[in-house]
Order: sequence, then C-alpha cells, then structure tokens
Amino acid sequence: MSVLERTGRSTPLPRSLRALYAGNARSVMARGLLATRSTNWTVVVSGFFEPVFYLLAMGFGLGELVGAVSTSTGQEVSYGAFIAPALLAVSAMNGAVYDSTWNVFFKMNYTKLYQGMLSTSLGPLDVAFGEIALALLRGAVYAMGFLIVMQVLGLNLSWLAILALPAVVLIAFAFASFGMAITSYMKTFQQMDWINFVMLPMFLFSATFYPLSVYPEWIQTVIQALPLWHAVELMRGLTTGTADLGVLWHVLYFAVMILVGLVFTTKRLRALFLG
Amino acid sequence: MPAPVIVASDLTKRYKDFAAVDGISFEVAPGESFGLLGPNGAGKSTTMRMVGAVSTRTSGDLRIVDLDPNDYGPEIRSQLGVVPQADNLDVELKARDNLVVYGRYFGLPRKVVQQRADELMAFAQLEDKVKAKVDDLSGGMKRRLTIARALINDPRILLLDEPTTGLDPQARHILWDRLFRLKEQGTTLVLTTHYMDEAEQLCDRLVVVDKGSIMAEGSPAALIRRYSSREVLEVRFGSDRNERVAGQLAGIGERIEVLPDRILVYSEDGEAELNRITELGLRPLTSLVRRSSLEDVFLRLTGRSLIE
Repeated sequence: MSVLERTGRSTPLPRSLRALYAGNARSVMARGLLATRSTNWTVVVSGFFEPVFYLLAMGFGLGELVGAVSTSTGQEVSYGAFIAPALLAVSAMNGAVYDSTWNVFFKMNYTKLYQGMLSTSLGPLDVAFGEIALALLRGAVYAMGFLIVMQVLGLNLSWLAILALPAVVLIAFAFASFGMAITSYMKTFQQMDWINFVMLPMFLFSATFYPLSVYPEWIQTVIQALPLWHAVELMRGLTTGTADLGVLWHVLYFAVMILVGLVFTTKRLRALFLG
Repeated sequence: MPAPVIVASDLTKRYKDFAAVDGISFEVAPGESFGLLGPNGAGKSTTMRMVGAVSTRTSGDLRIVDLDPNDYGPEIRSQLGVVPQADNLDVELKARDNLVVYGRYFGLPRKVVQQRADELMAFAQLEDKVKAKVDDLSGGMKRRLTIARALINDPRILLLDEPTTGLDPQARHILWDRLFRLKEQGTTLVLTTHYMDEAEQLCDRLVVVDKGSIMAEGSPAALIRRYSSREVLEVRFGSDRNERVAGQLAGIGERIEVLPDRILVYSEDGEAELNRITELGLRPLTSLVRRSSLEDVFLRLTGRSLIE
C-alpha cells in the first residue's frame, strides 16, 4: 500500500486547498479546551463578570441620573436597556480580540505551539479555524450568561433578543479572524500595544454609552465605518426589538471582515511556517 | 537495494542574496541512520526544514517517501517524526497529554493514540511523569518527551535537529541509548549535529556540511581514514609560543595544524612523534595522543573547528 493510499481521504480536496486545510480543526479546538481546563480557567471566569459589573455600575448607578435615552430608531428606552446590548457587543469584541491577538501572539512567538502543529499533517487553516472556533465558543458562553442576566433585570425588551446569541458569534468571528490576521504581522510586544490603543477609543465612542446623535456629522460618519458601531447597532436592534431588514447591512459588514481576516491569516501563517 | 526514502538533488534554499543551502545532493536508504555534520550556520537546519516539508525549496529536486513536498506536504508530514532544535512542547498540557493531543493532530483515532501514548511514555522512561507539567521536567526529560511525541504517528523517518545540544553528559547518554534502540528497530534516522562524538555514535553515514555545501560524504570511519591519520598528537607550548614553535616542527608527522591554543600533529604513531619533538629539545607544556575524530576531518576540510 502506498503512502498516498494510506493517508488518502475519501473526498479529495483540490490540491491547492489541501496543503492549507486537512479538515482537522477540531483537534486544535480540543487541544484548546484541554489547555483551558488545566490552566486558564480563571481568565474565563473573570471574562464573564467584567460586562456584568459595567452593567450594574453604569446601567443602574449612572442610569438613575440619565433616565431614558432614545435609540437610533427613535425608541425611548431606559439607560440600562440602552447600554446592555452595547456591553454585550463590547464583551464579544474584547473576548475575541484577546484570544486572537495576545493569545495567538504568545503561542506564535514564545511557546512555538503553531510550529509544532504545522509539522504534523495540519495545515494553517486548521490552526486558524480551531483557534477561532475556541474563541467563539467562549464568546457564546459569555453571551449566554450575559443575556440571562439581562433577562433577569428586565433589559431584554423583545423576543428578538434570542437572536443576539448567534449575532454575538458572528461579531466575535469577525473580530477574531481580523485580529489573528493583524497579529500574524506583529513582531514585538510594542507593536501589540497598538491594538489596545485602537480598542479603547472604539469602546468609548461607538455609541456605546450615549446615542451617536450627540456628535457632529463628520464624526458620526467616521464612527459608522468602525466595526464596533455595527456590532452595537445590531445588538441594540435585537434586544430592544427594533431591528428590521437593515440589520443585514451589519451582517454583511461582518461577513466581509471574516473573509478578509481569514484570507490574510492563512496567507501569513503559510508564509511564516511553510515558506 | 530498497528505494531510498529521501532523495535530494541540487537542493537549494535562498533568502534574498544569501544561499543558506547551496545545491546539495544526498540519498537516505530506509532503516539508515544519516547525519548532517557541520558548524552553526552551515545550513543543516534549513535542510531539515525542507526535508520536513515545512520550508519550500528555491530550486533543485526533493523527494520524501517518493513524494514531492511542494505538492504533498501534509501526506509527507504524516510520515515524519520531527524533533526540532528548540523544544516546542505544549506547556499548557501535561506530559502525557502532549503525546495524545499531538497524535490527534494527525487525525489518528483516540484509542490508538491513547495506547501509543502509554507505550511511548515507557519508551521515554517517563512513566512516573505522566501527569507532570512540562515546565517541571528536566532538560533531558523534555527532549525524551519530544522524541516520544515525534513517534506518536509511527513515522517512517525520524528527523532530529541537534538532539542533544545543551544537555549534560548523563542526559546525552540516556538519549543516545534511546535513539540507538530506535535504530535497531529499523527506524530511519536523519540527524544534524555539531558534536562529532554524537555523529560517530549514531550515524551509519554522514555528510559534512559547511556554508550550505557538502564537503565530504561517507561513514565516520571511512571519512577519518580518508581525511585524517590514525592518531593525533596535541601539544601546547602556551598561547603566544605555538605559532613560533610550529616553524621548528618541519618534517614531524604527516601534517601539522596550528590552532590558537595548541598544535595538532597528524601521524600513524603519536608517541613516536612526541619523542622526536622532545629530541629537538622542545618541551611542550602538555601533550596528548588520541585517535583521529570527525573533528579532525572537519578541520582538514574547512580549516576551521566545528564548535567555535
């Protein structure tokens, strides 16, 4: 029996793709779960409480002073109901970005984990998919917990809120694939700091804590180009129940982000490890 | 003769203007233990990466288990066990889990991987370290675990890049013993090293590599016969005197090599040469007669020491 027969797969992929993807991303994901179980579970727990604390402090503390706020569709909602979906979007972003940037950077440059993975039959796409899937799973678990908290506090104003869960996964996917692509170009910790430099203002100014309408028009345009604004709008539409077919624009925005991120990640991992 | 498992012809890897590997050719037969001996920067690791199907050649031809790595990277890698120069064990996993998880990367069934992991932990003499954290293992244990990991897919070829660099003598001997067992079982070994004793212990055949090219090829014994004498006399006259004294040693030995710290006299009979030197009225501070080694071969071929 030849080597090819022994290692052959039942459904042959085109040769160019086969070098990139062995169809075994689940082994990378399984590795991540095992590693999380044995070492990093505290990080996982703290990630859940962060948005909950923000919600309690700002939604109720500050919310008492602010009163009702109107959403982009003109609906008057309590301040808590206004910021809760935004915090959900932010936590999806933060979790995905942390997993796909710092975590990936460390594994790529210090523990040489990917070097080991790519000397097996795995391809760069298996690694990218596996790591991203793990980030998404974690994001989905956080989101589920946060949505339950929102429900208990009466901040979900519509049954559409249930769709916030898949929406979180979509948003996290977009940030994770984009984050991984950017990280693959980074060489030093100093460069990595730029990511935080971009994330913080995006968190504060993307219509997270107050409506976009407070800004002059040109700043509004800039913010509407940023991914977090799309995430916040998508989430807010779903949990307040004002979402219409317009949400498809946000979905499209994230689909493009996912695709661009994956193309660059794969290209880069290939150049780095199989060049 | 069985078909070779590795065939490299005129293999070249260029990084911009610099040729890390500059047109080397060699073959490795199944079951053979083949070595690449050379100093740091000779192109050994680059060659290993190309053979491991994780680096694309610039030109030349390469076939691993009869496949071209440009087209069949994953298929080739599934037949290889790789022990990289620096340990890249998964520090977030326990020792045995490293083997299990690695086996799953090859898409092997869980049951198979579990069973092999137990066997390999025993082979690596790490049975009592099954649940240990990787960071708590000693350097030698980490290397053995890396070798066990490389064997999880039952590879046809085991690639070892400087397997004992940085280990203490005892750990090296344990490792050599394990590798020798694999060799006896018929595993094809390809290793790079800059230790001549390692090459002499483990390699049936080797190529001496320097600056990306092959300088010589043969078994360790044949290389020594061809490029060196049977014995070597090492004499030291003190750092500033070696060069001056060398001038007076004309006619002594078959060949003389002057190093900064000592003079090497190549001869069939080292003791006799030492007597002739003392008859000349020269008094070396220290003298030593030893058998020729691959180090001498390398010195002869390149004019430089292996470990600088």
